[in-house]
Amino acid sequence: MTDLISPFFGQSSMVATAADAVVAWLLLNGVLLFDGINALILGFAEVCELLLMAPSPLLMAVLVACVGFWRVSGGFALLCLVGLNLVVVMGLWEPMVSTLALVLAASLLALLIGLPLGVLGARQRWAWQLTRPMLDLMQTMPAFVYLIPAVMLFGTGAVPAIIATLIFSMPPVVRLTVLGIRQVPEDLIEAGRSFGCSEWQLLQKVQLPNALPTVMTGVNQTIMLALSMVVIASMIGGGGLGDVVLQGIQQLNIGLGFEGGIAVVILAVILDRLTQSLSAPPPRALPERIRSIVDLWRIR
Amino acid sequence: MQIGMEALIQICNLWKIFESHQPENRRQASDIELDALGRLPGNRVAVKEVSLSVGAGEIFVVMGLSGSGKSTLLRMINGLISPTAGTVEIEGRGLDALRGQDLLAMRRSTMAMVFQSFALFPQRTALENAAFGLEVAGVPRRQRLQRAEQALTRVGLGQDLQRRPSELSGGMRQRVGLARALALDPPILLMDEAFSALDPLIRRDMQDLLIDLQREHRRTIVFISHDLDEAVRLGDRIALMQDGRLLQCGTAEDLLCSPSSSAVSTFFDAVDPTAVISVGAIAEPASVPLQIHPDDSIAPRLSASTLIKDAIPIVASAQAAIPVLDDNKQVIGMVDPRAILRSLQRR
Repeated sequence: MTDLISPFFGQSSMVATAADAVVAWLLLNGVLLFDGINALILGFAEVCELLLMAPSPLLMAVLVACVGFWRVSGGFALLCLVGLNLVVVMGLWEPMVSTLALVLAASLLALLIGLPLGVLGARQRWAWQLTRPMLDLMQTMPAFVYLIPAVMLFGTGAVPAIIATLIFSMPPVVRLTVLGIRQVPEDLIEAGRSFGCSEWQLLQKVQLPNALPTVMTGVNQTIMLALSMVVIASMIGGGGLGDVVLQGIQQLNIGLGFEGGIAVVILAVILDRLTQSLSAPPPRALPERIRSIVDLWRIR
Repeated sequence: MQIGMEALIQICNLWKIFESHQPENRRQASDIELDALGRLPGNRVAVKEVSLSVGAGEIFVVMGLSGSGKSTLLRMINGLISPTAGTVEIEGRGLDALRGQDLLAMRRSTMAMVFQSFALFPQRTALENAAFGLEVAGVPRRQRLQRAEQALTRVGLGQDLQRRPSELSGGMRQRVGLARALALDPPILLMDEAFSALDPLIRRDMQDLLIDLQREHRRTIVFISHDLDEAVRLGDRIALMQDGRLLQCGTAEDLLCSPSSSAVSTFFDAVDPTAVISVGAIAEPASVPLQIHPDDSIAPRLSASTLIKDAIPIVASAQAAIPVLDDNKQVIGMVDPRAILRSLQRR
């Protein structure tokens, strides 16, 4: 009986040994490459964090509220102001900013790679046939499985956290870019061609503008996924709010865990609404809305 | 084609077969080989052995039921679909010789297309839509917006420049579509069932607009339609297509009075003959030799090209038969109420 089964056991362990061998080979031969990538990403993340930490928390909250008022609504601006000040009161401003820096760094990289990949996938069959299984892999592979090799290749800290986040959050923007471009009605494409569009003009003047709402949904989804992954990545030393939550769990400190959780939710809501508003025009012309508020003031 | 008109679009033995397999080059294939190819399972013949020429400045209507290959034929004229065999020549230049940039340049300068579904870009305003062709051709922004505005004003949308397609009615949208083509000022307009999606009244308005535009500045218009009344109203000549074949090509009067096959006469069953036949065709030789003094302007008379429909009130109120004059003011015959009745009975 054992003789019948053993070849299969042998095969499944072959997959494991292969994966081990690949990581070991990379560790041995790719030191320079990974150090380079490491330095690049770390630099990028630190610049992001520095920029975000530069203004005082209050100034930052007011700035975010202003953008919120411009793009979304007065109510949302109020929510930003109250929410961000709550984070300051809880003493979680610094961890929140470093989480935000990680999210921004990871999602910017994801968009930088994902958008061109999506455009290519929408226009070339072979490119899509190549990327699709990779996206499936990236989305369904349990995150912890690649957290460990990431630590082995890049050490602990912000960089493996960003890489893991990048892998986890890139699929939506690629998929939705492909979908958006493919969904552009055939007659618009034909109109573009009949007026003499080159392939580049067709992409730039017809396909991308029409796909924009769908592409922006992908951008929004990528940023939201990045936020959820950054919290998990605290386990490999990503830092930020994830650390606070992790501490709460480890010390069974329910209050601390809850505070960290609320800060994550506040950050998530603000990021979600702001990125969603980017795909639509502002609700009303800004000068008009400011005038109406000033009028309200005068009546008093 | 009328005599003295130069052929602007020349189509010679054109075939289009949509193949289930990767199409090969069949430029040299004979008609018999192509016919056999079209019969293979999975393949579909869209256009078959079509030869015709369109003269400069005429409205050429291609008529046929849906699936008769007329839209495919139109798309082979601007190269959106490449023919399986046969040639298309625009202004004497073969389309299959044009590659890449040359083909794009020809589409930008020589022809513009108007679509049944309007095909306006939803995120652009009417003005930006009308300027699209010029934008693609690389015309500077100020200049192209100015020309787009002129085109929109001409089609009656001077007040709606900043509105988006979603804020416009169907008729207004197609006016934008027409302005987008007119802004380029191309010698050739390709209209793919351009008015078919519109309400009957608005369709009539658009036809009038097109006739007006043609009166101001003659363009060559290839107009695809499945509406016979529209074809008769607009077309200088009509080409009738069925199952990818060209049945007959000529003026509405030719097609009605001397159909080449029963299929052609079936098409024209529903048409009002008095709106198609001119009095010149039904004038009967006078029994008594008749002399008309050229200066005698009081007596009623008809020009040979007058349609029967327009002649009926004059004939009905006249005392006797009315002389019909040709372009040189020579009497070619007489028309009386009985001649009109006989012309209707003949069918």
